[in-house]
Amino acid sequence: MTIGVLALQGDFAEHLQALQELGVPVREVRLPEDLEQVDALIIPGGESTTIANLMDIYQLREPVRRRALEGMPLWGTCAGLILLAKRLVQDRPQTLGLMDIGVNRNAYGRQVDSFEADLSVPAMQGGPFHAVFIRAPLVFHVGDDVQVVAELPGHGPVAMRQGNLLATAFHPELTHDQRFHQLFLGMCMSTQKTGFAG
Amino acid sequence: MEKDGKSPEVLKGTWRLKAGLAQMLKGGVIMDVVTAEHARIAEEAGAVAVMALERVPADIRAAGGVARMADPERVLQIMEAVTIPVMAKCRIGHFVEAQVLEALGVDYIDESEVLTPADEHHHIWKHDFKVPFVCGCRDLGEALRRIAEGAAMIRTKGEAGTGNVVEAVRHMRAVMDHCRKLQNMPDDELMAEAKSLGAPLEAVLEVRKLGRLPVVNFAAGGIATPSDAALMMWLGCDGVFVGSGVFKSEDPPKMARAIVQGVTHYREPKIIAEVSRGLGESMPGIDVRTLKPEQLLAVRGW
Repeated sequence: MTIGVLALQGDFAEHLQALQELGVPVREVRLPEDLEQVDALIIPGGESTTIANLMDIYQLREPVRRRALEGMPLWGTCAGLILLAKRLVQDRPQTLGLMDIGVNRNAYGRQVDSFEADLSVPAMQGGPFHAVFIRAPLVFHVGDDVQVVAELPGHGPVAMRQGNLLATAFHPELTHDQRFHQLFLGMCMSTQKTGFAG
Repeated sequence: MEKDGKSPEVLKGTWRLKAGLAQMLKGGVIMDVVTAEHARIAEEAGAVAVMALERVPADIRAAGGVARMADPERVLQIMEAVTIPVMAKCRIGHFVEAQVLEALGVDYIDESEVLTPADEHHHIWKHDFKVPFVCGCRDLGEALRRIAEGAAMIRTKGEAGTGNVVEAVRHMRAVMDHCRKLQNMPDDELMAEAKSLGAPLEAVLEVRKLGRLPVVNFAAGGIATPSDAALMMWLGCDGVFVGSGVFKSEDPPKMARAIVQGVTHYREPKIIAEVSRGLGESMPGIDVRTLKPEQLLAVRGW
């Protein structure tokens, strides 16, 4: 099993490193032929407008969308969460429209309003998860089929899952706590067992 | 899950958040803009951030006189025009200009040699700010001094406003070569090396461990084409600033898009060839060797 990290722009190297430390084969995905070689994909933090733009120029939007609809595990962090959303307050970027969440980009304000906080994650052992929110998106709506994985009091849902899709408004790749990467790996393993992604 | 609705303790303005925003900009292009219209073109073309300025460096060079922080009105107009991060420049050592930019809510401050220095001995003590700073460097020692003062992102100085990449190459090679040298140096030589670099020993030890700068490192100063941008990526930078290179070219939107793709696909010469076709005239360049010593910007600051 190979996990791909969309490497068009953003902090993809941090995701690759976290996965490598967990002993998982990884691959940078920049072009459609890279996508064919991976069994799961992470869309990293970065600028969502830039990433969406580059996905369009190199014809990655449709293949990523199709693979995700076919069951490929897909995780978006921050910019990646924005791109997964079905509803976005702003008219840009055009998202992939996969996860039933409503999102407001940069709702917290500007960089000086970026913050770190300890997050309690009921499904995770080992105490709170220290979460880093950088110009983070706000999730104001989650659909009935979306399971909230973590919520920050006063801020709403910040980590959620819908089938093969995982989204986090913060950056687990910036701390050296790999529990969210392990959670995603767990999703990849169970997909493989059921033969979903072939 | 806490259900009492009590807000958890949050930390703001931390080192991790400052350095973290720069990590989100990696693999991207930051473009100099002087109007809201420029900013929209840059965002549309795929810039990861814009630098709000009164004039692009080539025009600062031509205008002469004292170059200062941009008019807050202009900075605010640019902030309103785009959703990507907005950076702005203050003069070296001018901590009040920096306070003003922080009060405006810019996302990053560039303490920049492109503006006329306000203090020839002291840079800003950047740890005092919640907003992150990027600073220029010509070599590893200068980079580590700026990081020690609180810069959360580094860029090469290059020679801004020349459209000539030679100084950016010189500075990036100097930084990367020195990182490699430190990695191979025996322990008992490190203190003397820190002394000669003029940098704290702790910073030297960290570079030795990481094999690179401890913060994101962009290239800047003279990048004018997609090939220039890709060249800088090969030399080991994390992304590029393009100053005059976009809006002094014949077709700015096209040049902007091409440079963005040159950075993302720097390892693919065929893609760079494709995006470089029919770009029209790049900005007019200047041979750095014809500049008089007082016309050089990179020597400002230490």
